[in-house]
Amino acid sequence: MGRKLLTEHINVEGIQSFDVYRKHGGYASVEKALKTMTPEEVVEEVKASGLRGRGGAGFPTGMKWSFLAKPEGKPRYLVCNADESEPGTFKDRYLMEKLPHLLIEGMITSSYALGCRTSYIYIRGELLYVLRILEKAIAEAYANGFLGENILGSGYSLDLHVHPGGGAYICGEETALLESLEGKRGNPRNKPPFPAVWGLYGCPTVVNNVESIATVPWIVTNTGAEYAKFGVGRSAGTKLISAGGNINKPGVYEIELGVPVEEFIYSDEYCGGIWKGRDMKAVIAGGSSVPILPKELILKTAAGEDRLMTYESLSDGGFATGTMLGSGGFFVMDDHTCIVRHTWTLARFYHHESCGQCSPCREGTGWMEKVLHRIEYGHGHMHDIDLLVSVAKQIEGNTICPLGDAAAWPVAAAVRHFREEFEWHVKHPQAATAPGAVFNKAESVLA
Amino acid sequence: MDQTVEKKEVQFSEGAMAEIRRYISHYPEGRQKSAILPILHIAQAEFGGWVSPEVMDKVAEILNILPIEVYEVATFYTMFNLKPVGKHVLEVCRTGPCMLRGSDQLIEHLENRLGCKVGETSADGNFTLKTVECLASCGTGPMLQVREKFYENLDPASADQMLEELKALTVRKPWEENY
Repeated sequence: MGRKLLTEHINVEGIQSFDVYRKHGGYASVEKALKTMTPEEVVEEVKASGLRGRGGAGFPTGMKWSFLAKPEGKPRYLVCNADESEPGTFKDRYLMEKLPHLLIEGMITSSYALGCRTSYIYIRGELLYVLRILEKAIAEAYANGFLGENILGSGYSLDLHVHPGGGAYICGEETALLESLEGKRGNPRNKPPFPAVWGLYGCPTVVNNVESIATVPWIVTNTGAEYAKFGVGRSAGTKLISAGGNINKPGVYEIELGVPVEEFIYSDEYCGGIWKGRDMKAVIAGGSSVPILPKELILKTAAGEDRLMTYESLSDGGFATGTMLGSGGFFVMDDHTCIVRHTWTLARFYHHESCGQCSPCREGTGWMEKVLHRIEYGHGHMHDIDLLVSVAKQIEGNTICPLGDAAAWPVAAAVRHFREEFEWHVKHPQAATAPGAVFNKAESVLA
Repeated sequence: MDQTVEKKEVQFSEGAMAEIRRYISHYPEGRQKSAILPILHIAQAEFGGWVSPEVMDKVAEILNILPIEVYEVATFYTMFNLKPVGKHVLEVCRTGPCMLRGSDQLIEHLENRLGCKVGETSADGNFTLKTVECLASCGTGPMLQVREKFYENLDPASADQMLEELKALTVRKPWEENY
């Protein structure tokens, strides 16, 4: 059983309340930081921990903090990105719902480190029920002197508010999130300037994912050096993995980075194997934006080494034979899954969620959805398959924000690894559109 | 002579106004526009699950901004219904991870039960059926959302039971007692 740093007390009865949370060591990092450490020392601990942004990009959190500009006379903001919308990812929702005070504690300690007087949690609008849980917990923190004026007599003051979005995946992109928080459409900003210089209301701003901020209390309480002892190399610490799809035990698992993928999928401690006694066909390991991998390549790298749950091992082989850890949205497809149909649902998602600002993304995501739809519904041509790859290539790298790449990668990877299945759909439209029909490699050789 | 067409006066309840004022207080002075999204959520709960142009104009008036600033936001974010809806809006997740666990079948089942297609409202006015993209409930799919509640791990039997419960349910607003 791996060590749990974030979720150790998650199933304790009443842990959503301030008193129970406090009884289990809660808010220790606020006391330690505000009473015994300077803000710079807190930043140094987070740097030393090796913590990497848990929202998907994996950028070192401490380094991001150290980029924050500190001009005189301008407020600085910390904004928590709780706009979790990446298909396959549901760990932040779980964490906020079950352990609201952990996020609040992380927000206070982090805000102190960054010198913020007001901080926001931007939560996706669909999670209004979680917003109410957080607001209740925030009220308790105020009542107990952990928020508001002169926290614990330290002279440090902080206000914390929760802000709901309105249903837009793009607002998970940090500059779109800031636009949205200012009351505008969620159109990403051109960069530079980066939020560290020009963020919320034109002030220096740090935007961090829920899980990243929720990790700060452990690091500050136990030191960054202790945190760095968990995990493997540059993949330090633990990570919440949202496990879904065709497995026996879907749910959120906190793993120590470095667990072999095979163990994660098949052991009873985690996913518990493939449901209905079936075989595994493919996995998307880090949220819908990362490349899909077939069974052989998710279990072993192209060089034949065991694939591990780390940033480095999952990306081994680049996009030719590897993928990414991303947000940790790990979903498994059994051998009854139609890859064409699944890829079409993802293309439809990105088309729906494109903000429309950049032509390659606005138009390209629509074309990919249409072409995939026609292949799935038996009207495809052989050249459509290369057309998909071509459109994906022309979106990639040609947009203001990463949504374009995120839309292109899953389509390109599905064709890369499952081209035969796309060809089968084109060659056998009747068979492919029959209810429940799924391409089977062995049978297709006979056909 | 007054030529203006008579407009229906939009009035938020005292409970809703208290919520609106609370949200506006969260942002720095002069940045009250930040409260658009929270207020649109309040407006949608207050006025039967959708926001009309008159309601958007009222929001603009409260925030002291131009109506277009509210329109462009309300039309960008998918949670806001811009046309009248049934008593309950069923928002079914249709994205890949839910599809793997049976969302296609759930949508088909609901269409049959309600006698209407996605995007339509049932003849009795009780349900509007919508599909939405990923709701961060991938481990508990297929699922759907009704206002602030998630209904997860649905199969035909539990979906039917949910429909019965919703039919009988009195819809309350978040700032009302017994919410």
